[in-house]
Amino acid sequence: MAVFAKSPVPRFSVGIHQNEYLPEGGSEVHAVVTVTATGGGATGSAGSRAGFVIMVDCSGSMDHPPAKLRHAREATAAALDTLHDGVAFAVVAGTHEAVEVYPGGGRLAVAGPATRAAAKQALGGLAPGGGTAIGTWLRLADRLLGSAEVSVRHGVLLTDGRNEHESPEALRAALDACAGRFTCDARGVGTDWEVREVTRIASALLGTADIVADPSGLAGDFTAIAERAMGKSVADVRLRVWTPAGAGIVFVKQVAPSLEDLTGRRAEVPPRAGDYPTGSWGDESRDYHLCVRVPPADVGREMLAARVSLVAPATGGDAPEVLSQGLVRAVWTADPAVSTRINPQVAHYTGQAELAQAIRQGLRARASGDFGGATAKLGRAVQLAARSGNTDTAKLLSKVVEVVDAATGTVRLKAKVADADEMTLDTRSTKTVRVKK
Amino acid sequence: MAHMHQSAERQSCPGCEEPVEPGDRFCGVCGRDLSALPAPARPAPAGPGAPVEWPAADGTDTSGLAPRTQQPGDLPGTDSGGGGLPDHPAAPDAAASEPPATPPAPAVPRPAAPTAPPGAAPQPDADAGREAARREPGPAPVCHDRPGAGDFELAAPRPAAPPAVDPRAVHPPASAPAARGRVCVACRSGRVDPDGYCENCGHAQPRERDHVEQELGAVAAVSDRGLRHHRNEDAFAVSSTALPDGSPAVLAVVCDGVSSATRPDEASEAAARAASERLLASLPRGTHPQQAMHEAIVAAAEAVGSLADPGGGVPEEDHRHRNAPACTIVGAVCAGGLLVVGWVGDSRAYWVPDDRSGPPARLTEDDSWAAQMVAAGLLNEAEAYADERAHAITGWLGADAVEVEPHTAAFKPDRPGVVVVCTDGLWNYAEGAQDMARAVPPDAAERPLHSARTLVGHALDGGGHDNVTVAVLPFAVAADGPGPAGGRE
Repeated sequence: MAVFAKSPVPRFSVGIHQNEYLPEGGSEVHAVVTVTATGGGATGSAGSRAGFVIMVDCSGSMDHPPAKLRHAREATAAALDTLHDGVAFAVVAGTHEAVEVYPGGGRLAVAGPATRAAAKQALGGLAPGGGTAIGTWLRLADRLLGSAEVSVRHGVLLTDGRNEHESPEALRAALDACAGRFTCDARGVGTDWEVREVTRIASALLGTADIVADPSGLAGDFTAIAERAMGKSVADVRLRVWTPAGAGIVFVKQVAPSLEDLTGRRAEVPPRAGDYPTGSWGDESRDYHLCVRVPPADVGREMLAARVSLVAPATGGDAPEVLSQGLVRAVWTADPAVSTRINPQVAHYTGQAELAQAIRQGLRARASGDFGGATAKLGRAVQLAARSGNTDTAKLLSKVVEVVDAATGTVRLKAKVADADEMTLDTRSTKTVRVKK
Repeated sequence: MAHMHQSAERQSCPGCEEPVEPGDRFCGVCGRDLSALPAPARPAPAGPGAPVEWPAADGTDTSGLAPRTQQPGDLPGTDSGGGGLPDHPAAPDAAASEPPATPPAPAVPRPAAPTAPPGAAPQPDADAGREAARREPGPAPVCHDRPGAGDFELAAPRPAAPPAVDPRAVHPPASAPAARGRVCVACRSGRVDPDGYCENCGHAQPRERDHVEQELGAVAAVSDRGLRHHRNEDAFAVSSTALPDGSPAVLAVVCDGVSSATRPDEASEAAARAASERLLASLPRGTHPQQAMHEAIVAAAEAVGSLADPGGGVPEEDHRHRNAPACTIVGAVCAGGLLVVGWVGDSRAYWVPDDRSGPPARLTEDDSWAAQMVAAGLLNEAEAYADERAHAITGWLGADAVEVEPHTAAFKPDRPGVVVVCTDGLWNYAEGAQDMARAVPPDAAERPLHSARTLVGHALDGGGHDNVTVAVLPFAVAADGPGPAGGRE
């Protein structure tokens, strides 16, 4: 495989938004950390170092209707056309087992006119028949991506049904094995799949989850996924959070562009830091909400509550490279006018998190027949979406409830809701918007 | 100075007791040269509810002695309002009834006012001197608490000392430890990182401005973070120069950053430096001290105003521009036998005579809500200061100040004393002039630094709820009567 010049790693900047002032005895410090990467991943430059595997569900249900699999093949072809020359790639057919469709032999092909054409020919091998065991697909993708000298590894997984032919534990084990080794976007096509399964896969592998209710939308979606993957120029970036002795992390969440709780994914970095995975980065900006509990100090004291840095993995045994950092401070004051102020970013993302939770709780209540609870929760969600300017989510909510008054969150449940609308709202409930400027 | 008293009484000729009219240079009856009359006696701004009996003058009607008696209204630009001070703080009062017999007592012995150029004073800590020389026109402040980096500064970390330490107990470090690798003052186990925080417990290390002292022969100042604020947003400048005739001019400027604005520490530092620099430039040229004070405050206002838009600011922080850096200012100059004060905001100057049998006085009138309420007669002092809005200032330096109106006043004390120039971090614990006089040590004129430390200690003992800054500026009365400045217009 050709090895070209090292692709440029983007420059990272870290911005901290917080009200550092705590009341006397206060101990909880909130901050929104905005991480912005610029200047990396120029088109083509990532090519030589990127690996890309497409996993297509070929279970029997993909043939009902037959158009589903046809669209899946077309979408895969569209993604292949989007790959830059030099990108290492493979296509996997997923059923109750995983089968290499192209190039085969436990390796990746290098994208070029010939391999693209050959791969498209091979897409006829995506034939329906069999069950669904997604864990096996992921493990094969991991083996393939690990076979090549690539630095940015990405997968895309398409399923149309439930993961029926392996235990949830088997899937979880596969996700644990793959986490941090490659990133993966997950897509559910149609409406017979399980929202929780698809979102869990994307979450564990730091990719996006979405619904493609109409199979004809697949090609466009796969093209966008491939384009975004081509823009990634640095993989396995970690958010490193140092906290002082006696302090503890309450939570670390990605809050934009979507919610992702990273708290439980901490890898200790002694003596007092921990790493949280953020996956691969192109030119993009993400926000993280950090909450730290610090030992209270006297009024007038100032403490560094957290040092937040972005670190890239070391090459060849060197110490990891610190790309950028920001300081989260705590200052104790006797002035309540100062300490009671809530930072607008913190307030906004606290609202976005509540919005996502209200949607999930509302949909669960609705599914279990608790219409009162569902109305209350979804009404609150409508109110939060309207207040924060999250118009996409507001639009999705309006397909599930009849909005009487968004400002007060007064809604009525719709008697008949399309499955696709409900699943779309559920899958996209974690989408956030940024603070209105 | 909303409510000053203008004396209705008249001076009379020391030779024949004939009353003299304001402006008379010679007695209309006996022809005596009235220019030799002793100085006016009353720098008597009556603070809200606290009118003082100004010390009796040796002379009689000083208002008749212009130009020796400097009245604010005599000078263009006395008050930036344009109309001059409506009242004459320097006007004589009860003094007129006093017999004019005794000439002014000579000043108590004390070190001569320095005539050395700025920078000539000893610098106990060369390192601190270098650091401070960048900022202060005069000799460098002695920084006893060697700092960590400032909040948003990337200055090299400084050797540490415990924060919020009583300044009276502070002694300069014998030697400055290495900047790196020093041990945290809070947990005493972690090392201090380049940002100035402990790598173990995270506590911020003391900063350079947490406690600053400077002594310059005739004047000294101390600034302290206090006990309840996380940084020191006050700043001061003390310095000395010489008038064209070679006589000394000593000055002190004290500024208090407005906490509700952004970067108040930068505002106060810029204002103190700009005002001091302007005074040091204009006084040697012969600019009248009161005019010089007015110009210095205007210069300070411009310096603070220019902080508001640094240009190309970080987009993330553009909200800062909406709350421009701001501060108060109060300055005092002792030169040519005159005591000139100027201010904007609620930082104050007090007069405390060496002979405590004479009355002290507050020389400034706050630009504050409470002062306005009292001045307008809407509330009495107790009511006004009990209100939570009492300390809201109505005048400040900063880009968002609609119009800066420097207040200036000139006095000609007839006896030695000290001027206490301070922020509200001190006067909150010694509000009235008598309270302040009680807090000032009896030997303040001889030991201004000790005196300033004592006053800071007074504030810390009272709770230290705010940053505390105080300059002590001794005023000596020339033995031969009116000083040379009086003869110049």
